[in-house]
Amino acid sequence: MSLDAKIPQGPLAEKWSKHKFNLKLVNPSNKRKYDVIVVGTGLAGASAAASLAALGYNVKAFCFQDSPRRAHSIAAQGGINGAKNYQNDGDSVYRLFYDTIKGGDYRAREGNVYRLAEVSVNIIDQCVAQGVPFAREYGGLLDNRSFGGSQVSRTFYARGQTGQQLLLGAYSALNRQIHLGKVKMYTRTEMLDVVTIDGHAKGIVTRNLKTGAIETHAAHAVLLATGGYGNVFYLSTNAIGSNVTAAWRAHKRGAYFANPCYTQIHPTCIPVTGDHQSKLTLMSESLRNDGRVWAPKTVEVAEKLRSKEITASQVKEEDRDYFLERKYPSFGNLVPRDVASRNAKEMTDDGKGVGATGLAVYLDFAESIQRLGEDTVRAKYGNLFDMYLQITDENPYKQPMRIYPAVHYTMGGLWVDYNLSTNVPGLYALGECNFSDHGANRLGASALMQGLSDGYFVIPYTLGDYLATIGPKPVDINHPAFEKTKQEVIAYNNKLLALKGNKTVVEYHRELGHIIWEYCGMARSEEGLTKAKAMIKALKADFWVNAIVTGENDEVNAALERAGRVADFIELGELMITDALARRESCGGHFRVESQTEEGEALRDDENFAFVSAWEFKGENQEEELHKEELVFENVKLTQRSYK
Amino acid sequence: MNLTLKVWRQKNTQTAGKFVTYKAEGISPDMSFLEMLDVVNESLTRKNDEPIYFDHDCREGICGSCSLYINGHPHGPKKAITTCQLHMRTFSDGETITIEPWRSAAFPVMKDLATDRSAFDRIQQAGGFISINTGGVPDANLIPIPKVIADEAFNSATCIGCGACVAACKNASAMLFTSAKITQLGLLPQGQPERYSRVQAMVAQMDEEGFGNCTNTGACEAECPKEITLNNIAFMNNDYFSAKLFREEQAHDHTGGE
Repeated sequence: MSLDAKIPQGPLAEKWSKHKFNLKLVNPSNKRKYDVIVVGTGLAGASAAASLAALGYNVKAFCFQDSPRRAHSIAAQGGINGAKNYQNDGDSVYRLFYDTIKGGDYRAREGNVYRLAEVSVNIIDQCVAQGVPFAREYGGLLDNRSFGGSQVSRTFYARGQTGQQLLLGAYSALNRQIHLGKVKMYTRTEMLDVVTIDGHAKGIVTRNLKTGAIETHAAHAVLLATGGYGNVFYLSTNAIGSNVTAAWRAHKRGAYFANPCYTQIHPTCIPVTGDHQSKLTLMSESLRNDGRVWAPKTVEVAEKLRSKEITASQVKEEDRDYFLERKYPSFGNLVPRDVASRNAKEMTDDGKGVGATGLAVYLDFAESIQRLGEDTVRAKYGNLFDMYLQITDENPYKQPMRIYPAVHYTMGGLWVDYNLSTNVPGLYALGECNFSDHGANRLGASALMQGLSDGYFVIPYTLGDYLATIGPKPVDINHPAFEKTKQEVIAYNNKLLALKGNKTVVEYHRELGHIIWEYCGMARSEEGLTKAKAMIKALKADFWVNAIVTGENDEVNAALERAGRVADFIELGELMITDALARRESCGGHFRVESQTEEGEALRDDENFAFVSAWEFKGENQEEELHKEELVFENVKLTQRSYK
Repeated sequence: MNLTLKVWRQKNTQTAGKFVTYKAEGISPDMSFLEMLDVVNESLTRKNDEPIYFDHDCREGICGSCSLYINGHPHGPKKAITTCQLHMRTFSDGETITIEPWRSAAFPVMKDLATDRSAFDRIQQAGGFISINTGGVPDANLIPIPKVIADEAFNSATCIGCGACVAACKNASAMLFTSAKITQLGLLPQGQPERYSRVQAMVAQMDEEGFGNCTNTGACEAECPKEITLNNIAFMNNDYFSAKLFREEQAHDHTGGE
């Protein structure tokens, strides 16, 4: 199958407007004849469900949590970009587009990224109108802060809880449509499969997490807004329940999975303390506005810090290496995430790490506290400092934070065209669940922007075109495809429930995470990846013999839920490795040690790898087939990224 | 650390529950409370016993899923944090810890330590929104909002919907939760057009769900992990009575705009 991204022709700035005009419309009185399924209620899902229902479609929305408000978008801290240029500092739609394409190391589509920048301004307006309490200046206008990979202030924020406020805004819009009867909400319901008829997605199979009932739902289109797959690493900043199951099961029904090896390791997280740890906690990138990253200049000083012979504040100024400021004078501490993470790793690899494990560097606020006062720093970052204190029992107002990179976001995801449609007609992917806008590295404050862009301002236009094409004839829930898929889901769950071995599912998950982090984390090599692939194959085989899954289907059963998710993560993990092996270049978050500049920066190979990798599932235990979508750059010149 | 846990186990809503005692051994003080329960669950799983069910997700204090009543306090003994942010260093070696679900008729126990909090969603669905569609809204900077008002609205908006206020209240009142949304939207200019219909619709739904009334004890404020204040309840009462006494006829039905 050829991969047509359906990027509209014409000048960059006119693509989206022209495309919107060319898309077919559904007559207002016909919209109520269409049913749409939305899976996931984070920023992308809730905004899509609310917007489509407002247009008149009948929406069924699903989430596995007990309330749509608990989707993991809620935990996003720092902010959301919008090219408003309220600060008069030279921002524009074009600059946001350019920063995003460059930040993604030239592995995203120009057309998509420009559209994202274009609608970013509408998102801010929409959220304010919903009553989202963004931070404001004393004059009553909106405040902005800076984020990595950019030299303008375009990030809107609500203290360190921007994701929470944006999600509650989208949740309120969703609630209004539930109130109006246009959205039917299914909570504690997990999607386990897609139903296709004649190659078109026509519904889903779900498990009711309270009763265990396996149910089918029919619709004219299915939208997946189910988030990313960062939990393949076991330890990540994702919520415990965040999983790849909906996307992965769709992949196994024919949807291509794009760029799975593009994962984002966030530089500023609270370091790992031990094996008992169940998740990692992010310290927002916004902290790099006022915090300075440093490590001791020498191994000797680092050793004294590790053994607690001295404290961080006792290290003299001349013994500190503010390595980001030293190496990247123009961007300083605000270099993009992939660059900051690799540099932190370099420091700890050289023996200059601090903390008991030696796997940390400092993020120091002493200078800012001196310059701005403790109260100002508290007003900006109070909740983050409190979180740090709770977890580490150390006071960041008095001593620098210890930070280390951790998995935070996945740029890869289901392949979609410009209309957010996967290659399976009628099946769409939105937000982090798709792959399309961030290339090989996402800039800070862009995830919230993309989720809401897809949900509020893209899918309401593009979905209509497909629906108008297929017509409003109701989907027959009695079509044998529904029962067949349902029986397959039941059989799969029974296979999981029959596992009564000697090793818990969590142990398998932890083991998988170790493999992926070690060999497909911040540095990847041919040798390591090859080894990891064999290890994952062995892990999968072992899982299906020795795992323990307690309980029955017809009850609340967290063990069964987790087992299904981990089984999917293992399969996805193998595909990540396959993708990382195939991409013999470094770009953004994908760092192949064989491909680096003399200064140790990621070295792209544009001649051979300026394409999107889209993988096709070929059957259980078969190698997947690679399809390539060539990336065409007509507006930006591909250069070695420099933040010096 | 070695601890004794008295944990509420209940098969489902229909079945009666009871306390079961477990040993939690070899616990590190750096573990979070939920990680301690993970350890217990892992050992139960290895014995092919049913693990203890509890709601949890983000584990960083923001999603509002976790909801344990620990030693007589929602979210445990520490102030202004959720259960997932509580660390074992708060407890001492050899201690006995009692863990229960939220107790309220409007939050039926679903299984073990997890309750059904969908009543909270229904209160929000009754009126916790501004009736606008996507698109067609004015520029974000068109209406200046005084910083103090925006900050005050933000403070109310930080509610995570965990239900600790209900669990802490002797009347199982949901007034702190309900008033937080009413105050957030009532303070902002965008929330004015529906201010009085909103408060009536949300209060009516809150009553219908079977939550109790407020008798000004203040346990909700004391136990709220996000430090939502009683001022919110005062704001709600003011708007509610104002609507009932003077604006009942002016306040249109809260239909959500259609």
